[in-house]
Amino acid sequence: MIELRSIDRHFQVGDQLVRALDGVTLTIADGEYVSIMGPSGSGKSTLLNVIGLLDRPTAGQYVLDGRETTDLDDDALADVRARRIGFIFQSFHLVPRLTAFENVELPMVLAGHAPAARRARTEEVLAALSLTDRAHHRPAQLSGGQRQRVAIARAMVMRPTVLLADEPTGNLDHVSGAEVLAALESLNAGGISLIVVTHDDEVAARSRRQIRMRDGRVVHDAPTPGAAG
Amino acid sequence: MRASDLLHLAAESLFRARLRSVMMLIAMSIGVAAVVVLTSLGEGARRYVTGEFQALGTDLLIVLPGRSETTGVQPGLFAGETPRDLTLDDARALLRVPGIERIAPLVVGSAPVSSAGLTREVPVIGSTADFYYVRKLSMGQGRFLPPGELDRDMAVCVLGTKVASELFPQRPAVGSSVRIGDRRFRVIGVLGESGRAVGFDLQELVIIPVSSAQQIFNTESLFRILVQASDHDAIPRTRLTVLETIKSRHQGEEDVTVITQDAVLATFNRIFTALTLTLAGIASISLAVAGILIMNVMLVAVSQRTAEVGLLKALGARGRQITALFLAEAVLLSVAGALAGLVVGYAANALIGRLYPVLPVGAPAWAVVLALVIAVASGVVFGLMPARRAAKLDPVVALAGRR
Repeated sequence: MIELRSIDRHFQVGDQLVRALDGVTLTIADGEYVSIMGPSGSGKSTLLNVIGLLDRPTAGQYVLDGRETTDLDDDALADVRARRIGFIFQSFHLVPRLTAFENVELPMVLAGHAPAARRARTEEVLAALSLTDRAHHRPAQLSGGQRQRVAIARAMVMRPTVLLADEPTGNLDHVSGAEVLAALESLNAGGISLIVVTHDDEVAARSRRQIRMRDGRVVHDAPTPGAAG
Repeated sequence: MRASDLLHLAAESLFRARLRSVMMLIAMSIGVAAVVVLTSLGEGARRYVTGEFQALGTDLLIVLPGRSETTGVQPGLFAGETPRDLTLDDARALLRVPGIERIAPLVVGSAPVSSAGLTREVPVIGSTADFYYVRKLSMGQGRFLPPGELDRDMAVCVLGTKVASELFPQRPAVGSSVRIGDRRFRVIGVLGESGRAVGFDLQELVIIPVSSAQQIFNTESLFRILVQASDHDAIPRTRLTVLETIKSRHQGEEDVTVITQDAVLATFNRIFTALTLTLAGIASISLAVAGILIMNVMLVAVSQRTAEVGLLKALGARGRQITALFLAEAVLLSVAGALAGLVVGYAANALIGRLYPVLPVGAPAWAVVLALVIAVASGVVFGLMPARRAAKLDPVVALAGRR
């Protein structure tokens, strides 16, 4: 459960105050499938970063799974990110020198899990994303769709409650993009909350709830017409 | 994060950035090798000189005129006296002292030595037959000065090999005669290559009887008297006896200095230890330079891997973990560089040992430990700043910094 109350995120750029988020109030229940749309600079990426605890709001309250997060220190935020939040980026952000397996394993390595447990879980997630035969390839040896699926596997390996995807299909062709969305949606069907930032109406149309932003404010928030559930 | 995973990740990124890693390894290993080799040379020189002195025998006492160990105003100056000279009579008196095996009075000067129109200015030593034994000389041809009374003035001389070959390029030196100053001497021997005389080049000197030297240089006084004690353990006692003997001959004035070979040895030891320390210090500078290089390269690595740092933060890495990751890279590099440096240093030592077998090279243990400690410490110190910088990156900005 994500509860944002009157969230502001202001940046000082030169002598100008940029209101990237301006009084955003938003509740996203567990298991929802939400798309966030809006023109460039509307604050949608900032919203995603705030939800993902990468960015701290200037003002307002953010309660994640019943816990207030605005008073947590950096280490506590890192721990919450590790356990509850999975990130997927437009440019994949795989570590180029590590294999697919090692990339997926990385969050568990950082969290200090035992090697045997890591291996089992990593293989499980790779299998779920049909990447078993690509496990020992490096990112440079993978196609764009495969890379993004590795990134999804990495986001899932710690069993988060929220998946945050920032333009997950932005660097992919149509077919790979559809594959990646299908993978994300099947995870969502398993109960995980999925929040997708996108420019693409087609992508947004697949979500069950659409949020539109403009100038740091939510200007539209409604179930997708004709969406089931 | 587990320590083994930390090392694995650090090693992996070093291995992937091979050129950068190799460069830093080379820098660090040069530093460590420099410490090892330079201190080995210093230590080798010390051992060489110590060895030379020990070969002379540590049962040697050197008597020189004047007191060198007074502090403040010399008593002799107060009384309006100058120190008395050492004379042949003093030397003769020492011969009667128990516990003394041999004495060799020395007169040293420089004089033109000529033969058949060839002239050279050469150091001339006036001494006695016992000088041969005291200084453990060897003969190339002929024989050394004959034994006899100290004041027996004989016109014979012994030449160093170089002097002999320069004055007698065509004919044998032994049996010929040379002119030293304004006197003629018959050459009765040429020194061998071996033998030790610290402070003199044995190949370039002429040895004549002491009283002849006194006449040539027109002096009654001796440069010094070398005394060989019969028993090493009795040296402190013998030293006192020698002092007493001379004192009683000099109207109770203690105006000579008696140095034991041990004291000379200790002095040389101190000098060469200081030299080795200096060399170690100079070499340590190259270690510090290597450390700064590591810092630079790590800073570049951090800025190149900004996006990766952002990713690690998004994946839930704490600031300390990111610091640890980059620090581990720097430390791994410096440790590997230090080990490589040790290998290079010891290889260089082995090479030097082969090229110059007389020089007993060998790195002192403290220098090896010092080099390793400084190498690893500089990895930590200079790796810390870039690592901290990485840990402090704002994850949003870092992620956006993707190339």
